[in-house]
Amino acid sequence: MVAVINYNAGNVRSVLFALERLGVNAKLTANHNEIVAADKVIFPGVGEASAAMTHLREHGLDEIIKRLSQPVLAICIGQQLLCDYSEEGNTTCLGIIPQRVKLFQPANGEKIPQIGWNNIYSVEGELFKSLPEDPYVYFVHSYYVEVGAYTTALTDYVHPFSAGLRKDNFYATQFHPEKSGKVGEQILRNFLAL
Amino acid sequence: MLTKRIIPCLDIKDGRTVKGVNFVNLKDAGDPVELGALYSEQGADELVFLDITATHERRKTLAALAREIAAHLNIPFTIGGGISTVADTEILLESGADKVSINSAAVRNPQLIEDLAKRFGSQFVVVAIDAKMIGDNWVVHLNGGRVPTDKYLFDWAKESENRGAGEILFTSMNHDGTKMGFANEALAQISGLLNIPIIASGGAGSMEHFYDVFTKGKADAALAASIFHFKEIEISALKQYLKQRQVPIRI
Repeated sequence: MVAVINYNAGNVRSVLFALERLGVNAKLTANHNEIVAADKVIFPGVGEASAAMTHLREHGLDEIIKRLSQPVLAICIGQQLLCDYSEEGNTTCLGIIPQRVKLFQPANGEKIPQIGWNNIYSVEGELFKSLPEDPYVYFVHSYYVEVGAYTTALTDYVHPFSAGLRKDNFYATQFHPEKSGKVGEQILRNFLAL
Repeated sequence: MLTKRIIPCLDIKDGRTVKGVNFVNLKDAGDPVELGALYSEQGADELVFLDITATHERRKTLAALAREIAAHLNIPFTIGGGISTVADTEILLESGADKVSINSAAVRNPQLIEDLAKRFGSQFVVVAIDAKMIGDNWVVHLNGGRVPTDKYLFDWAKESENRGAGEILFTSMNHDGTKMGFANEALAQISGLLNIPIIASGGAGSMEHFYDVFTKGKADAALAASIFHFKEIEISALKQYLKQRQVPIRI
């Protein structure tokens, strides 16, 4: 069973639909037992970091997520929440991946948020296998994870940032695989095959 | 590198796509989900669905449409048309829409932009502005361009950004339906004033017009309808053309 964590974040429906197109009937749930028992867990979302962390703590989901040992895919704000700290709302996050989340500071008139298709490069690991070279994926974000020891994919916007992260069983993407056409589908398929 | 976006717009009435020249003389151009899937296949970067149905049932119909689209498409899409409350928006988000575009309702009640941005995040809120050059001024219009307001384009665009809009979709009433090119001067001006992405709309007639809107107009995305619906320009060919001319484009 694939569990999609329900924590009041936006765009959850898109993730469920994307999995459905791949023939996977995922369950949207905030139930601790169901999440722990799932074969795979997806931690999706669009939202604001401090509000999201507050919601996770209030529902005890922060401790549950930290203890998961099956493959977890965190998407967009999900990736940011896996980190130590986010500048968004000056938020202490889950601390699973020791990296930091910062607000883009435009250097050459770049628009914030970054909205649209940008390419990922220097990709590492099974999540990104069988993809075309430097493929385009869909981003919507104003905050980014710095490049660090757990970075598995890079994208350039203002400067290089972490488009993907991995630590142990925790996989993350800053972009939205569920909205990234065929490339995104392949990434989801790769995750489901882990 | 972040690429420029090509966005077909599908006007929806009673579940079917339509597009009028200068917003009148509607023509039927097919099924929205099927057409959306075709555009996605051809390389559209996003889709905009604009509902122009005016019935009491619209909220339910629109949510059902959003659900249908979200179930079948794997690229982002925006829904617009008559959205005037947080509740209207919530049901669309829950149905799978990636963004909503608000237009007249935001002009009448600018607080709506803040309410939506706070509740759902700026990335979810596209403020659509229809404006017409009258004398030396770009005057914001309501109701699909029929009703002039006391707002001016540049001020209103900036105010929308300040209130939390994630993107601006600017349609020039002077250019819409003419196929003579986009309002590049005004677009470049908005792009310079604002720090959020600008979607250009109105006037696309040739591939060169898209090149111009991204270079001279400094737009982040370009939206068009009839030229795509009636296959005057094919999206895949357009994107090849732009790439050859060094515009950053996803192929």
